Amino acid sequence: MSDRPVARYILICSGKGGVGKTTLTANLGIALAKQGQRTAVLDADFGLRNLDLLLGLENRIVYTAQEVLAGSCRLEQALVKHKQEPNLALLPAGNPRMLEWLKPDDMKRIAAMLGESFDIVLIDCPAGIEDGFKNAVAAAQEAIVITTPEVSAVRDADRVIGLLNTEGIKPIQLVLNRVRPKMMANQEMLAVDDVTDILALPLLGLVLEDEQVIVSTNRGEPLTLNGSNSPAAQAYTNVAKRLCGEEVPLIDPAKARKGLRAKLGRLMQTKIF
Amino acid sequence: MTLRDFVNKLLGRQPASAATAKQRLQLVLAHDRSDLNPELLEQMRREILEVVSRYVEIDLEEGDVSLETEDRVTALVANLPIKRAKAVVNPAEADGEAADPVWTASRA
Ligand SMILES: Nc1ncnc2c1ncn2[C@@H]1O[C@H](COP(=O)(O)OP(=O)(O)OP(=O)(O)O)[C@@H](O)[C@H]1O
Ligand SMILES: [Mg+2]
Repeated sequence: MSDRPVARYILICSGKGGVGKTTLTANLGIALAKQGQRTAVLDADFGLRNLDLLLGLENRIVYTAQEVLAGSCRLEQALVKHKQEPNLALLPAGNPRMLEWLKPDDMKRIAAMLGESFDIVLIDCPAGIEDGFKNAVAAAQEAIVITTPEVSAVRDADRVIGLLNTEGIKPIQLVLNRVRPKMMANQEMLAVDDVTDILALPLLGLVLEDEQVIVSTNRGEPLTLNGSNSPAAQAYTNVAKRLCGEEVPLIDPAKARKGLRAKLGRLMQTKIF
Repeated sequence: MTLRDFVNKLLGRQPASAATAKQRLQLVLAHDRSDLNPELLEQMRREILEVVSRYVEIDLEEGDVSLETEDRVTALVANLPIKRAKAVVNPAEADGEAADPVWTASRA
């Protein structure tokens, strides 16, 4: 055994679908790799896999988690190393039919194998709280819950947090995604504090609604890959830094807006009685 | 009330929606977390009022039993204004006839 610290197994989950789990996993994976962490991203969304696509690795998949579990290939053969960021590797999800026999213990086995040669294992969780979620949780020790400032997403996040608590997952941290500073200033979107108070989780990151996210998924190049300074890119990089213990101040969505309209917006929030 | 709420009111507009969202979420999460649906809660409310009213006369209109939640801890909060105390009844005999009622003086 080497004397390096044990690997961290971090689940990225949300409950509600489409709130940004896979985008966060891809960007965080790249950002952590850039910081010198040997990072594996595990696509645990066997039904609707997409992590390969967001990382631009879809054409390089030969084997998947399925063959590794069946013993028909070695882990190294299935791992897809990122060319530009060799500290990052993807373990692709297998065929959706895997869901018929996959058990939590299988996920534990896969995660343990990854932990042998990586510092951090990020697990991209499927939406929902059914078997796919339970399998993914089995592989994790800590979790990042991602949500948007919308009632349905926050409610589903709360469900998931309850389940993570019963599974003893710790720490559980929150990423708030698709924040629109203007709507927040107009009090037409739940405030950051509202969400953190309701869910009672520490805030690990705050990602603004950002068109560049879509541009980067079109290209299969996560925003954190090429030093983009778009707001979302910075947010993802900061999440990676905080995960590694660095103290980085959170952006204030109110200050993200400049100009006269923003000033007026702040004035309008003054309590008058 | 914020300046925005005031202006909205003046112009006859709907108040900003974030506060409504927060309120609705807090309510629905209190139910989710305790796994009590509104029906069960209503049944529990009726039974609590029934038990309490054996001991004190309460204002049934004002009586309120609800779930509140803070920091992931959910509490059942009962707010039952007492009109006046009743004869203390031995709970074991509450359904039958109570012998020698004792009057208590404490009131809310
Ligand atoms: N900060 C953001 N700004 C703009 N668009 C975003 C942002 N985050 C995510 N999106 C978009 O939201 C959509 C859903 O994102 P993503 O696939 O990462 O969600 P998911 O939680 O993994 O979904 P699923 O539950 O289906 O796995 C994508 O089209 C993505 O580009
Ligand atoms: Mg996804």
